[in-house]
Amino acid sequence: MLLIKGLTKRYKTGDLALHDVDLEVPAGQVMGLIGPSGAGKSTLIRCINRLVEPTAGQISLKGQEVTGLGRAALRQTRRRMGMIFQEFALVERLTVMENVLSGRLGYVGFWRSFTRRFPPADVAKAFATLDRVGLLDHVDKRADALSGGQRQRVGIARALVQDPDMLLVDEPTASLDPKTSRQIMRLICEVCAERQLAAIVNIHDVNLAQMFVQRIVGLRQGRVVFDGAAQGLTPETLTLIYGEEDWSRSIRRDDDDDALATARTLHGEPVRERLAGLT
Amino acid sequence: MTAAAATRAYPTVWRRPPLIERTWLRWAITGGAVLYLVLSVGSLEINWARLSEGLERGWRFLIAFAQPDFVSRWDDILDGMIESLTMTVTSTAIGIALSIPIGVGAARNLAPLPVYLACRAFIAVSRSFQEVIIAILFVAMVGFGPLAGFLTLTLSTMGFLAKLLAEDIEDIDPGQAEAIRATGGTWLQLVNYGVQPQVMPRLIGLSMYRFDINFRESAVVGIVGAGGIGATLNTALDRYEFDSAAAILVIIIVIVMACEYTSSVVRRHIK
Ligand SMILES: Nc1ncnc2c1ncn2[C@@H]1O[C@H](COP(=O)(O)OP(=O)(O)OP(=O)(O)O)[C@@H](O)[C@H]1O
Ligand SMILES: [Mg+2]
Repeated sequence: MLLIKGLTKRYKTGDLALHDVDLEVPAGQVMGLIGPSGAGKSTLIRCINRLVEPTAGQISLKGQEVTGLGRAALRQTRRRMGMIFQEFALVERLTVMENVLSGRLGYVGFWRSFTRRFPPADVAKAFATLDRVGLLDHVDKRADALSGGQRQRVGIARALVQDPDMLLVDEPTASLDPKTSRQIMRLICEVCAERQLAAIVNIHDVNLAQMFVQRIVGLRQGRVVFDGAAQGLTPETLTLIYGEEDWSRSIRRDDDDDALATARTLHGEPVRERLAGLT
Repeated sequence: MTAAAATRAYPTVWRRPPLIERTWLRWAITGGAVLYLVLSVGSLEINWARLSEGLERGWRFLIAFAQPDFVSRWDDILDGMIESLTMTVTSTAIGIALSIPIGVGAARNLAPLPVYLACRAFIAVSRSFQEVIIAILFVAMVGFGPLAGFLTLTLSTMGFLAKLLAEDIEDIDPGQAEAIRATGGTWLQLVNYGVQPQVMPRLIGLSMYRFDINFRESAVVGIVGAGGIGATLNTALDRYEFDSAAAILVIIIVIVMACEYTSSVVRRHIK
């Protein structure tokens, strides 16, 4: 699905944020990207949809080269990559519906979007997606009237109405409380499983990452220093990624609470009833 | 360790460090400023006789103010007022419409460099002259009357709004705009969805504010021949009809207050 080869990014300031990164993410896989602050996680994600222009290397999505695309072709490719942000990045003064419909901007002409007359199919898709993330009751609220967890759901819905092939997720839970964080991670993983989306999820909480994702990639100073199964993380690998610290308590053991069971079910059939408990 | 901390005597006095570190320099600058002030007041050549005469005329004006005469020049006043309001409404509306593209062009985060420089240059030029000077130029170009006033106010509205709009656009939350970019929207869609909602309340507030500036300015530019209530006021003062002049001023004050009140109400409701 997503193939990254030799990706390097050097900012104008001289910071070498990424150095020769090779990665492959197959369809349906949720990959957790961890690493200390400044390791280049956000840069990596932004290079993929070229919000940040890579210095060198190739990125291709479903066999199509992303690097080197012209403006119009790049916009078409961006439609296929849904992005979810730490600070939600909703347009605060627009309604929930407008925010979700903005995910269709790549598909509709300016006049339709300006007059908010989206094609009926798009509107139906937006409603269905809002239903999926459990926000059908808040369609006409303004985004700035929502709680953090609700906002992130709108963010997820906006990414999903794009009909993406993959999700780029930059610290989706960093502004949320622990419970909401789990709910959001669970939702992201569920929709990826349902729609067979590849996903890269930047995350600071190693525990949470282990709870929900199958594969973890560790980044340190712009290089991939770990790439393996989530359960394969050891104090040694965490030291490799983050540096020296007592890691024994931040690693999830197999006999931990129910969350692991959740993660296991997730990788099999998605569990829809679970959403009933979410607000 | 705690014992050592307890026995140590800490200072009980603290003063903010002075702005200028060196004492002699501080005094020299203060002394220089005072001396300059004294000398410049001395050079004003205040003529006390003329000042008292002026005060007396001012007093007569105040008296007239207590009994403004709306009646004897009512037709002139009404014509001037209508002309001024027309000038204000049209110049504000057209000025806003024209200032939006220029303001967007002058925002570095939306416009490419050549467009940015061109728009900034236009703003700088249109803002560097005071309305009265622009009005004099336009009167010379298109002759006496409200057209000159309309052109003056339109131009200064454009400079004013475009500059403030551009600054507001440069201050938007880039995250919201970036999210729209990431969906694959075009530049116009980015402006419409990612930028406009963020700057709209301020744009509306500034437009209302500009409306009452334009009304006040329409009175000023009239004095140099650009039509409107200013022309009527000028005539009244020339004829020493202070009571009619007072009536005009009262009307201007009432209208400005009404504008101010409306715009504060509107601004409170748009957030
Ligand atoms: N716009 C920019 N201009 C210059 N340097 C930048 C820019 N953005 C990031 N960097 C630098 O690139 C490096 C990687 O930054 P990045 O934001 O990708 O890290 P991160 O892993 O996402 O960190 P965090 O966990 O704090 O979000 C850092 O050294 C940072 O200073
Ligand atoms: Mg980051």
